[in-house]
Amino acid sequence: MRILVVEDDLEAQRYLVQGLKEAGHVVDDASDGDIGLTLALSRPYDIAIVDRMLPKMDGLRLVEEIREHGNSTPVLFLSALSDVDDRVKGLKAGGDDYLTKPYAFVELLARLDALMRRRHPAAVKTRLQVGDLELDLLTRQAKRGGTNIDLQPREFRLLEYLMRHAGQVVTRTMLLESVWEYHFDPQTNVIDVHISRLRAKIDKGFDMPLLHTVRGAGYMIRARA
Amino acid sequence: MRAPSLLRTLAFRIVLFYVALFALSAGALVAFTYWNTERALDAETDQTIEAEIGGLAEQYQRLGLGALTEAIIGRSVRGGPALYLLTDRLHHPIVGNLDTWPTVLTRAGSNFIEFDYQRRVGANFEDHRARGRIFALAGGFQLLVARDVHERYETQRLFTVTLPWTVALMLMLGIVGGGLLSRNMLRRLDAINRASREIMAGNLSRRVPVTAQGDEFDTLAENLNRMLDRIERLMRGLREVTDSIAHDLRTPLNRLRNRLEGTLKQAPPDSGEAAQIEAAVAETDHLIATFNALLLIAEAEAGVAREAMGRVELPAVIDGVAELYGPVAEEKGVTLEIAPSGALAIDGNKNLISQALANLIDNAIKYTPEGGKVRVSVEERPGAVALSVADTGPGIAAEDRARVLDRFVRLEASRNTPGVGLGLSLVAAVARLHDARLLLDDNRPGLKATILFPAWHRPGRAVEARS
Repeated sequence: MRILVVEDDLEAQRYLVQGLKEAGHVVDDASDGDIGLTLALSRPYDIAIVDRMLPKMDGLRLVEEIREHGNSTPVLFLSALSDVDDRVKGLKAGGDDYLTKPYAFVELLARLDALMRRRHPAAVKTRLQVGDLELDLLTRQAKRGGTNIDLQPREFRLLEYLMRHAGQVVTRTMLLESVWEYHFDPQTNVIDVHISRLRAKIDKGFDMPLLHTVRGAGYMIRARA
Repeated sequence: MRAPSLLRTLAFRIVLFYVALFALSAGALVAFTYWNTERALDAETDQTIEAEIGGLAEQYQRLGLGALTEAIIGRSVRGGPALYLLTDRLHHPIVGNLDTWPTVLTRAGSNFIEFDYQRRVGANFEDHRARGRIFALAGGFQLLVARDVHERYETQRLFTVTLPWTVALMLMLGIVGGGLLSRNMLRRLDAINRASREIMAGNLSRRVPVTAQGDEFDTLAENLNRMLDRIERLMRGLREVTDSIAHDLRTPLNRLRNRLEGTLKQAPPDSGEAAQIEAAVAETDHLIATFNALLLIAEAEAGVAREAMGRVELPAVIDGVAELYGPVAEEKGVTLEIAPSGALAIDGNKNLISQALANLIDNAIKYTPEGGKVRVSVEERPGAVALSVADTGPGIAAEDRARVLDRFVRLEASRNTPGVGLGLSLVAAVARLHDARLLLDDNRPGLKATILFPAWHRPGRAVEARS
């Protein structure tokens, strides 16, 4: 992926660029809003990572400008501001996702993957499949190896989200935000409990587990071990 | 809707009071003037009658019956209001311009009487009232001298009929005028109240409208606006401070975390070194979580988060959070129960209320032993909406309840339970942001935490209660 990083904290920028390159991406960097805007408008990027507070041109303004030019590159905001209303402002300005600093790098990577997936959706799907696990989005039914699995509505949404991002790391925060639509830290690891229940329903009694825990990051559903 | 609210306005009540007072005093003044005039007119009539009787009696005494009769005839033919009748002792008329001795007499004053008689007007007779005096002459003759007071009587009648109407008209005009006046005032006040509502709901840049009239309301609006300017400046300052604190702390924390992660990547996996760095990352995350919670508390307390206020359906919030924590409770062997409730909504910040409720439920599950019960309910109370989480855990001793709301306090007995210790402080701050109170009560056994939202925080309430 071609990624544009607009970040004025040079140490954070260096770390970010290095991490993204190690993950196999092509990265351009800018350290203020003006350069960021010029780059964003002159070259095609798959994703832009924009700091909320930038010299010369504020991150919000930068994204608004990009959008005014008809550019729909997905934007992930990074913000060190207090986040009660800031998230809403960022999304209103045309951002696609929002991450508060400090963040774990795996969280950032997982969100970039999700944004990419959102940008290139496969033809509208009515069925999702991972290995022998099938999810029918119309009849709201889950099957593994031909056997029906009884799921609660929220479990269904959780599984749907995981399967839509099959093969990608999905973090706990992403699940809390996307499946439950909460933007807070629930102290106790409630997500883990929900995952372990889902795992009991879809993996129990099968030789090959599909739902994996990615240490220090989150979860991933995939067919290969 | 409109009429009762008009009646409740101060302006209208003042107008009503003054109209009544004015009607009363005007009525009294007119009545007093009328009564005085009537008395003066009566006295004049009485004087004339007395003088005439005196003259006639003197003629009779000096010149006898013949002269008296002549005098009466002479005076009778002049017409006018004067009435005369001379009779014998049996009231048989002898002479005069009255045909018969009046049958019904009303006493009026010490010597005077009033009676009705038939007066010829053109070809017709009319009932007229007369006022006069009877004088007994020597020889048993009765002399009645009277004056027609029909006109005065008619005036009096007209006056008594029209006075109530006049007063009624005055009252009506006063009420209509008062209504218009107070409606105008009400409209101005409405505008101020509407603006205040919007501002309280978070729109700090909204101002009270000022008209070009330059009256007292405009002075009030201008003063309010100046006050709002200052509040907005303060709030902006506060926001800038929290933002810069957030920025100045998060930036180095971010670098710290980045470096730790970077080092971790270079460390041989599963080595003691890697474990050390992982622990350091975990500590950093804990530090970040604490900082975020503190910042959120500060923001909630400062009312910075008011901007994101909207309609919040409390039963839906409960369902959502309870659904999130249901499996956690089940895992611990605790029953999580939602009390049935009707639709109850308040104006608020949904995310913060959800988080506050999550903290309460999280705490309740944490402190409730296996087999216990956590009950979440929302109900209407007089003047309030109560959102409660009750558990059957050890509860909090009465003397410690106020203290647990302070930041960082965790009671000695629970030192070994994980948690930052800011949970309840955050709940209290969220409550304050919504003008609500956080109450901690004994659930016998256990703790019952209640967020008591004032009823005017319910959507639409403020509009109804505007006057």
